[in-house]
Amino acid sequence: MSYLDKATLRVVGTRPIRPDGVDKVTGRANFGADMVMPGMLWGKIKRSPHAHARILSIDTQKALALPGVKSVITGADFPVVTPERAHIGAAPANLRDLSRNVIARGKALYEGHAVAAVAATSQAAAEQALDLIEVEYEILPHVMDVEAAMADGAPLLHDDIFTAGIEPKPTKPSNVSKVVRFAKGDVEAGFREADIVIERRYTTQPVHQGYIEPHACLVSVAPDGQCTIFSSSQGQFMVRAYTSRIVGADIANIRAIPAEIGGGFGGKTIVYLEPLAYMLSKKSGRAVKMVMTREEVFRATGPAPGAIVEVKLGAKKDGHITAAQSILKYQAGAFQGSPVQQGCICGLAVYDFPNALTIGYDVLCNRPKVAAYRAPGAPIGSFGVESCIDELAGALNIDPLKLREINGAKDGTKATHGVTWVNIGYQKTLEAARATEHLKAPLGPNQGRGIASGYWHNAGGESSAAVHVNEDGTVTVTEGHPDIGGSRASMAMMVAEVLGIPFENVRPVVGDTTSIGFSASTGGSRVTFAGGMAVTQAAQKVVEVLKQRAAIIWDISPEAVEWRDGKAYPAGANAGSFEPLDLATIGNRSARTGGPISAEVQINAQGQGPGFATHICDVEVDRETGHVKILRYTAIQDVGRAIHPSYVEGQMQGGVTQGIGWALSEEYIYDKDGRLENPGFLDYRIPVASDLPMIDTVMVEVPNPRHPFGARGVGEVPLVPPMAAVANAIHAATGIRLRDLPMSPPKLRAAFDAVSPKLAAE
Amino acid sequence: MSKHHVTTVINGEPMEFLCEAQQTLLDVLRDELGLTGSKEGCGSGDCGACSVIVDDRLVCSCLMLGVEAEGKKITTVEGIAEGDKLHPVQQKFLEHAALQCGFCTPGFIVAAKALLDENRNPTEEETRYWLAGNLCRCTGYDKIIRAVLDAAAEIRGEAGAV
Repeated sequence: MSYLDKATLRVVGTRPIRPDGVDKVTGRANFGADMVMPGMLWGKIKRSPHAHARILSIDTQKALALPGVKSVITGADFPVVTPERAHIGAAPANLRDLSRNVIARGKALYEGHAVAAVAATSQAAAEQALDLIEVEYEILPHVMDVEAAMADGAPLLHDDIFTAGIEPKPTKPSNVSKVVRFAKGDVEAGFREADIVIERRYTTQPVHQGYIEPHACLVSVAPDGQCTIFSSSQGQFMVRAYTSRIVGADIANIRAIPAEIGGGFGGKTIVYLEPLAYMLSKKSGRAVKMVMTREEVFRATGPAPGAIVEVKLGAKKDGHITAAQSILKYQAGAFQGSPVQQGCICGLAVYDFPNALTIGYDVLCNRPKVAAYRAPGAPIGSFGVESCIDELAGALNIDPLKLREINGAKDGTKATHGVTWVNIGYQKTLEAARATEHLKAPLGPNQGRGIASGYWHNAGGESSAAVHVNEDGTVTVTEGHPDIGGSRASMAMMVAEVLGIPFENVRPVVGDTTSIGFSASTGGSRVTFAGGMAVTQAAQKVVEVLKQRAAIIWDISPEAVEWRDGKAYPAGANAGSFEPLDLATIGNRSARTGGPISAEVQINAQGQGPGFATHICDVEVDRETGHVKILRYTAIQDVGRAIHPSYVEGQMQGGVTQGIGWALSEEYIYDKDGRLENPGFLDYRIPVASDLPMIDTVMVEVPNPRHPFGARGVGEVPLVPPMAAVANAIHAATGIRLRDLPMSPPKLRAAFDAVSPKLAAE
Repeated sequence: MSKHHVTTVINGEPMEFLCEAQQTLLDVLRDELGLTGSKEGCGSGDCGACSVIVDDRLVCSCLMLGVEAEGKKITTVEGIAEGDKLHPVQQKFLEHAALQCGFCTPGFIVAAKALLDENRNPTEEETRYWLAGNLCRCTGYDKIIRAVLDAAAEIRGEAGAV
């Protein structure tokens, strides 16, 4: 059964108060750092001060002798994760690399790389002990940027990485871990056919996900190996699996309990602390709590990569693009695995290019290993492509929105990466953009308007859900995904809709790893899609059980019972004449009709439905200071079906704001020795309330037929268009094209000075 | 190193605690008194997640020492609701979906209450500047600002129309 007809819905599409809301406005909600255990120790990490250095020796004796210190660990305390054990389940992480990222073995590969850890009875003692750990390093040459790292003779991070994806297989190790390539048609012929060809180079700096909650965990390992982990992450099952492999424990011995999570945006889809706390706890016999400082978050946890993006577009005078090419080089950080492939795919996926080629390089460098960040890889590639589309529109003297209407992907378009689109809403986002008041609003001096689009795959995958009818007819839903932005509400809404009961009668719970079946992480914009599919199917199974129980009570066949509006009714006159039975009545009698009423469902959800968005941004540029003010912003997105529209809008507004930060102010600044100079929110500036206007949203609903309610992922694509939308707006306001992020005041000033030396001299 | 004895009033309750000289008020609240509603996002006064009201003044509790609380009246997020009645700011945060992850929320609730205690009729711009010391990475601030303006309208006895 599906619920795609919006007119029939009573709960889905409304805006109830989230079930965990009161806990979060009153300070009751327990996040990663809020837990305590009796006898708990505090764990702290000793980190490398060098960007690249061989670890010659680590002497922990003095630290261990300090009163209050209960355990000290180094890489030598951890098992070697062999290549055969590098992967677990369907999770993409390379656990061999992750293990060496959690704690260095042999070499420190970036400033901030963990080399040792201590647990002590107080935070002060643990900090003091860190200074007593003596590490002898041999400093090695380091390399920070992609083209330097790709050059012959560059310092090598790993001697066992040989570039994958090229023939013949290389015989010399390289910092290029892989090359990816997607092609369609004949790109050279396409460029020959063009009346105009433009080729541009764009660059971006690493940016941090910027979750306000630093990583935190509390881990207790008993002498028999039974382990409890409280931690803040995007997946308790991920924490369990990754920790088990890194420390060499069986999964069944680990119970991972999800704390409330204070933001993740992809950055909490891997572990940093849990394996260290596990080992400190194992060695000390005490529970160990670890909480990162903000500085540690910046120095050692995943940014999105800095990158170089080269885009070439060819078009006919009438605006039809004949060929597109993009070359992407992404920083992977200290271990392979940047999201360059997604950057290649997503940048081009918005358009119906007859001929296209994209090549991506995954490049190792002495920076923290990059981590997922909201549509990983896509915002960077799209900054290049969407800026270049705007430059092409200018060269052709065609309205940029019109150029997108002419060349935009639609159902039946075959994308460069081989997918043929069905049920996509991209053109509808363009129609909606054209219909906005925003697009018609007049602009003043030094003001300009930019447009950009974006695409993200969204994800499905493994999810579990259980629905329990309680004795009084209320309902408990247990799911396996940490609630990072209101998903408990959407889960409860879908269950309430299927059961025909009020939203308030459904209590959603995020279960620990022993209370619900395996569920993949909260990421890939997958929870409302895959988790929603699981809770819906579980609720549907419960409806079948409820009909059977009513049939037993009435002594008729279950086929003669129908369920509507939260009650069992005889299906027709032939079924007999009975008073309807509600959930409370059936729940209260469950012992006499066969026992507890519940259903658990495990699925591997497919058909997530792609996400497309188009954004409109107005800016005003101060020519004197180089400051860019965001005047107005409208995000238009195909959301499939908005289950709880307020939280869909919130995803769009939040993604836009992160994009504005990426566009204008956020960047990592390193000194010549590869040390981060701005590891704090004062100098790494994310947008604050006074930087922004209200963010307008337009939710286009093209239902995804593969989801019972038509939902498609909404969380990630809002971060794809903003950087180009802002850059295009700055160009419209000033005539200056900025191709290097962030577009901070010094860069605008320099650009003004370059075009107007006289003004600068005044 | 002996601990210092500090006498305060926290959320209306007279309270005494012992703390070390270097402990911040935030450390004391969270680690000594179990008031974990105040959060540490940065420890440097940049994020506002640890906001508390000290004698009618909004401060980052990570920038104040525990010993400095001597003789002061402190309000934390745990003291904003009256019994089971939420403060209008809390209620409007819920109605406007002004939180996603909820980690910055305690700081915003405290900061917004401090604003409305001082100014029951703030403009959008005044609200944005007042809250500029509180970082939120999830919401883009839109729904937070609407919630605060709506709470102000309710406190003034007007029907909110934000």
